[in-house]
Amino acid sequence: MAEDQVIVGLEVHCQLDTKSKLFCGCSTDYRDDGPNTHVCPVCLGLPGAMPVLNKRSIEYAMKVAKALNCTVLHESEFSRKNYFYPDLDKAYQITQYDKPLAEGGYLEIESDEGGERRIQLTRIHVEEDPGRLVHMGNAERGKYSLVDYNRAGIPLIEIVSEPDMRSPKEARKFLNKLRATLEYLSVFDSDKEGSLRVDANISIKGNERVEVKNITSYKGVEKALTYEVTRQKNLIRRGQRIERETRHFIESTGITQSSRSKEQEHDYRYFPEPDLRPLHVQSWVAGIVLPELPDARRERFMAQYGCSLNHARTLTGELKLANFFEKVVAADPKGLSTLAATWIADTLIGELNYRSMNLERVDTAGITELISILKQGTITDKSGIDVLRVMLDQRHNGEPTETPAAIISRLNLAKTTGDNSAILTAIEEAITENPRALEDYRAGKGGALNFLVGQVMKKTRGKADPGELNRLLTEALAKREA
Amino acid sequence: MVTEKDVEHIAELADIGINTGELDTFTHQFNAILDYFDVLDLVKGDTTVTRDLTNIMREDTVEPSLPRDEVLKNAAAQEDGFIKAPRVM
Amino acid sequence: MESYELTFEPDDRYNAFLTVCKKAPYSKGKLSGIAVAVKDNISTRGIETTCASKILKGYIPPYDAHAVELLRNSGAAIVGKTNMDEFGMGTTTENSAFGPTLNPCDTGRVPGGSSGGSAAAVASNMVPMALGTDTGGSIRCPAAFCGIVGLKPTYGRVSRYGLIAYANSLEQIGPMGRTVSDVSTLLQVIAGKDRHDSTTYDRPYTHTPVADIKGLKIGIPGEYFGEGVDPKVAGVVKTAIGKLEELGATTVPCSIPSMKFALAAYYVTCTCEASSNLARFDGVRYGPGADSKKSWHEAYKEVRRAGFGTEVRRRIMLGTFALSSGYYGKYYAKAQIARESVKSDFARIFSEVDLIAGPTMPSIAFKLGEKSDPLSMYLSDILTVPANLAGIPAISVPCGKVDSMPVGLQIMGRPFEDERVIDAAYAYEQAVS
Repeated sequence: MAEDQVIVGLEVHCQLDTKSKLFCGCSTDYRDDGPNTHVCPVCLGLPGAMPVLNKRSIEYAMKVAKALNCTVLHESEFSRKNYFYPDLDKAYQITQYDKPLAEGGYLEIESDEGGERRIQLTRIHVEEDPGRLVHMGNAERGKYSLVDYNRAGIPLIEIVSEPDMRSPKEARKFLNKLRATLEYLSVFDSDKEGSLRVDANISIKGNERVEVKNITSYKGVEKALTYEVTRQKNLIRRGQRIERETRHFIESTGITQSSRSKEQEHDYRYFPEPDLRPLHVQSWVAGIVLPELPDARRERFMAQYGCSLNHARTLTGELKLANFFEKVVAADPKGLSTLAATWIADTLIGELNYRSMNLERVDTAGITELISILKQGTITDKSGIDVLRVMLDQRHNGEPTETPAAIISRLNLAKTTGDNSAILTAIEEAITENPRALEDYRAGKGGALNFLVGQVMKKTRGKADPGELNRLLTEALAKREA
Repeated sequence: MVTEKDVEHIAELADIGINTGELDTFTHQFNAILDYFDVLDLVKGDTTVTRDLTNIMREDTVEPSLPRDEVLKNAAAQEDGFIKAPRVM
Repeated sequence: MESYELTFEPDDRYNAFLTVCKKAPYSKGKLSGIAVAVKDNISTRGIETTCASKILKGYIPPYDAHAVELLRNSGAAIVGKTNMDEFGMGTTTENSAFGPTLNPCDTGRVPGGSSGGSAAAVASNMVPMALGTDTGGSIRCPAAFCGIVGLKPTYGRVSRYGLIAYANSLEQIGPMGRTVSDVSTLLQVIAGKDRHDSTTYDRPYTHTPVADIKGLKIGIPGEYFGEGVDPKVAGVVKTAIGKLEELGATTVPCSIPSMKFALAAYYVTCTCEASSNLARFDGVRYGPGADSKKSWHEAYKEVRRAGFGTEVRRRIMLGTFALSSGYYGKYYAKAQIARESVKSDFARIFSEVDLIAGPTMPSIAFKLGEKSDPLSMYLSDILTVPANLAGIPAISVPCGKVDSMPVGLQIMGRPFEDERVIDAAYAYEQAVS
């Protein structure tokens, strides 16, 4: 390990996608509803109410444990983690302490150096989410908190890694791989706001470790850790000590800040939850059938569709994207896969991100049609991008949608085929108008050809096929007498 | 042997107020009780606790929640459906 | 369901009731029209439930405890909520925030605790039956002190859903009444598995008492008649055990060596669990309200200082201490091992005998204000806590008087042999009535 090696470990909390809460029958579908409408005596923590464990939450957690190669313990149990906070209505969280559901396991990611790194896991356990606090008021009226207990009792799975990651980037990769795996297992819906929360532990080799709590976005993790690496390295450079502390990440400014000692001095006084009985579920592991997981699907995409490693990685990195790809090429996998892989992985994703648009809004039939047209060569790649943009904009803005064929027709984007006269004219014009470029080309300067190609493209409004254009231009240049 | 300071610390940990007038008596009584508890030091072994009744779980079915006015009924203060609580500093 | 109404206007000179339901609805069923009082730590929908504490004054649960639902379904008229030691913490009902209950047998004495209100209501004939709860003797002690019958069922036989928790691993709701028969009938109504309580067993109780104990072996533990037990009380109980022998049972001396740890194990366990159970009382979702102008921790501390009585605060602090970092192994963990010791002592004894008998309490009811030292109060639970630690059924049935005050005979049985315990008590009761 390098002198100043960055060491990162993560604790990831994901909401399990069950229909009802962890210990009661309240619906978990609370996000669109008003505060305190998904609450009952149990999750409200009313005196006398008692928890009853949701079987599906354990089934889901065990699927995750099996997929991540963990060992499910022979006996596991729930414990109380005692602390006082307005969003914790029982003044304890029911979690798992010394007897978690599973231990060990690993997740493989692409290391910064390009190879594979196996990130070991410490444990996986199940616990309940607390409620949600909203801070209100001002200096004059007095500050107060408003509490919504809809989220109280939502089942969480907590996955703890060993400090095996070596950079903020690796942390993000770990998180992405974990998220994808949970999606593939159908136990997690990453589209739900707040469904994933991360606590990160980071240190520079030889120094104290800092905990950054409650990061709620994937990008946030990399940002927070990048900031921390800089902050810590600066301190070290100045000869200052890194303090072992808890900090929180401020998403809007991208910095981390020291937390008040609220959590630091806490003595959680764990003891086994007397209202719940122990779990003996190790025997269930054998019967768990796992679906195809991201790594296997990646391998299959390479084998079955001839995707490159990079494309396969990108396409299988999200369940919805992988499904989308397979649906698009279903009609003619042999014919469409290569083009579809490039267009979806390299182009479509970028265009969607630019519009902050969800993949679900895109119609696979339209993409299939577009890819087929591109395969036939009736439009140029540039026109293809234009068509795609129109299709996406129409959906994004709620306008009436057109098929790719209709768009091509309307915008007159079809390549000029057979008759080269327009291109040849444009080529001659371009060479004549740019004598310097001709000279540079003769002198062997590579950029000259590209420049001229660009000039011709302008004149033909992008309709010229690049391969064809290159050939004709090179011929024309050769013909020009010195 | 716990001191008055220890008792104060425990009261902080438990977020329980004690009146200063009570501190002295509390500490004496505390110590007497803890002395009595010392008999547990004589307990030997590491007996594995008996584990009948395991795997008690329910199916993942949704059941009706409380109507919101029932949830808020006993709360001393509420605003727009939220329950009001003092601000955490 | 057809609904009727019982008018209930008792002359409650003993302060047995905290809430009286003057017009109590009831329906058809096994207990149709019977007035039943419910201890005030058991949740009753629409009826104030305070645990005799200021911190729950005004709290009206939006749901019924499972046992209460069963009671309503059986047609009983729930006529009121009875006084108790605050949150179940006490042996005399003097720890109520709303004044003590007086013993109907002698109003200068305590009725016992923590189900003192329920016991007094039954003993003074205000109601024929009541629900109490027993964590370390809280049904049996007041039954003994007031001269009525009270049963702590096997742990897990009656649902705790809706019972405002004091010590989850020890307590049970149980029936109290003037006769063993009434207690048995009430148990029929409330026993059985509840899907809302993960610690209940599928063991309904459908028994009708039978006065036959011929051939049964009864163990008599030396520890129940030794130091600390009033010799006059011991004498009365020995006579009662003599009656059991007349009825055809044989007695066998036995010993429970783990008794020396029992009380400490009990108090460590219950204070630890209570410290966690009572932390939720912050005045935010129910209770007297927290001062929003203060910061969270300040407000929270203040609500608890003002709302909890001294004994409650003492136990919360003991429990917090015992669970705190570094002490878990010394206290809570050791207490659970001690419990296993108690369980195995009982298992060993019950492999030789069918029942165990002895006094319920080491003395008759104390005078009001007599037990002011907490530790000496705790020590009076010594004969009742073993049954809670082991989870076995235990009943107290009146068996005579000392200085004009009732004395209780305690009979304990194997787990889930509540039926046999009832039969033994019934046989005794029938023989002496």
